[in-house]
Amino acid sequence: MKIKDTLESYAFVLPAVAIFTIFYIVPFIWVLRLGMFDWDGILPTKAFIGFDNFKEIFTLDKSWWQAIRNAGYITLIALTFQNALAFLLAWACDRQIRMKNWYMVIFFIPPILSEIVVGMAWRFIINDVDGANIVNRLLLGLGLPQLVHSWLNDPNTVLTTVALVHSWKGFGWGFLIFLAGLQTIPRELYEVARVDGANAWQSLRSITLPLMVPVVVLVAILTILGTMQAFALIIGLVGGEMAGHTSVPVLRILASMRGSSRFGYACAQSISFGMILVAMSFIQYGCFKKARQGLN
Amino acid sequence: MKNAIYYKTKKITINTLIHLFLLSVTVACLYPLLWMVLASLKTQETIFSDISLIPRQFHFENYIHAWKEGGFGRNFLNSIFYTTSVVAGILLVSSLAAYAFSRMRFPGRNILFIIFMAAMMIPIPGSFVALYVLLNKLHLRDTPLGYILCMINVGLATSIFLLKTFFDKMPQELEDAGRMDGCSKLGIWWHVALPLARPVLAVVVVFNALNVWNEYILALIIFDSKHFMPLQVALQKFQGEFVTNYPLLMAGLTITALPIIVVYIFIQKYIIRGVTEGAIVG
Repeated sequence: MKIKDTLESYAFVLPAVAIFTIFYIVPFIWVLRLGMFDWDGILPTKAFIGFDNFKEIFTLDKSWWQAIRNAGYITLIALTFQNALAFLLAWACDRQIRMKNWYMVIFFIPPILSEIVVGMAWRFIINDVDGANIVNRLLLGLGLPQLVHSWLNDPNTVLTTVALVHSWKGFGWGFLIFLAGLQTIPRELYEVARVDGANAWQSLRSITLPLMVPVVVLVAILTILGTMQAFALIIGLVGGEMAGHTSVPVLRILASMRGSSRFGYACAQSISFGMILVAMSFIQYGCFKKARQGLN
Repeated sequence: MKNAIYYKTKKITINTLIHLFLLSVTVACLYPLLWMVLASLKTQETIFSDISLIPRQFHFENYIHAWKEGGFGRNFLNSIFYTTSVVAGILLVSSLAAYAFSRMRFPGRNILFIIFMAAMMIPIPGSFVALYVLLNKLHLRDTPLGYILCMINVGLATSIFLLKTFFDKMPQELEDAGRMDGCSKLGIWWHVALPLARPVLAVVVVFNALNVWNEYILALIIFDSKHFMPLQVALQKFQGEFVTNYPLLMAGLTITALPIIVVYIFIQKYIIRGVTEGAIVG
């Protein structure tokens, strides 16, 4: 009876474990192993080269570090501009206000769309054909013809444009989480502060912000993990790496694999990148713990 | 008295400012999408000259062109097929596993569950490289089955976590009652556990469906054959090497985005609740 029970239990988890082993564990181990090989992905023989791939990444591969810098830049804008906008909107909605649900529904439309769709739609909207460029038309309408610009063709502005479109797609998600966090703050605290004569700014600083620290850190961690790995938006928006100006790590890995058929090198790149991501989350988590201790 | 009027005016001013702020962001959210939909009704000649938002003539034939000659109808059906089969697969596999992890005792249970949860936390941004090699070896590359299995795996860990959390709270008496009635374990899972878990199952369905519909990178590396490709990858065929047929591209984008938006509008309550609750629990 006992054995039958155990076997039955295993039958329940077997499909999940099988799929997970074949499509997660095995690839995971392969990535780790292939990182030490020179292999074009086709030949049956692979050449073991130890840590040469990693040496190349850390000493020779300038385009890789440019990609990391680019992703870091986009992430920085997402962390500051996008999250600040999300927080402001959430703060504006965190009160008895008409059409609140309506705003919530609308702001979450961009996050449910795919990066490809958003990228391609925006590419059309801010392309260089005069008639269709909404942003340039808006600038002309505002009487600022000197700011009219080919946003996606100029290497100086393309990365910022990517980051802003990314923020357009992402802010609604941060908004919802911030709003949910704000709504857990007891209203009585605000009442007490008001009776004590605090103005809106003071109660934001001494009640809202301290209580929101955990939510802000959560959103920050998820923003970093998500934005560092974003790449499909760039394919949709500029079509590719644009001679390195818009390259990001995942696009580099994809290029190593498909462009130059260096599967081992692609794996080594993805290991280094994965470690950077894990390190970033740990640092963030450490800061989060410290901040929490500081509060208590 | 003056005070009351002062406070009332102040309140109205603040409210107006807040609404102006929220409304301007609303416009910034919707205008590009509206532009996309309406541009899909123009022609290649008028799309850049006709700068009004509303086209002078509605060219619905763009959709017929994209659907038929562009072969986009096929890609649409592919996307529907992948989404439903992956979601069905995830529902079946994850609910079985979650039920076992939550309500059964067997050796290795904890370690298995911990491995699943670790997989949720560790990002492997280049896993697609290894998946490409693996599917080649299994002769599953460029097949719908290969893509579906990969995508089931993508949604598995999170779904198991959500469902296990729910099953952990399920009262033992219900399970006992099922056993008294002569139900097998499979029977209890089917007749007792799953019906109770309906709200969580809905969350699993919605978020995984969204994820599969919008998935890009695996579809890109797995499929070579155009007739297997889902929408997200197929969109690139409207982006010509020299001349892009913009109205057709916009029609393609609308076909890809609109179903998601429409479904979202109908079930937004659940999606918004899912996002916010997930965040607060996590």
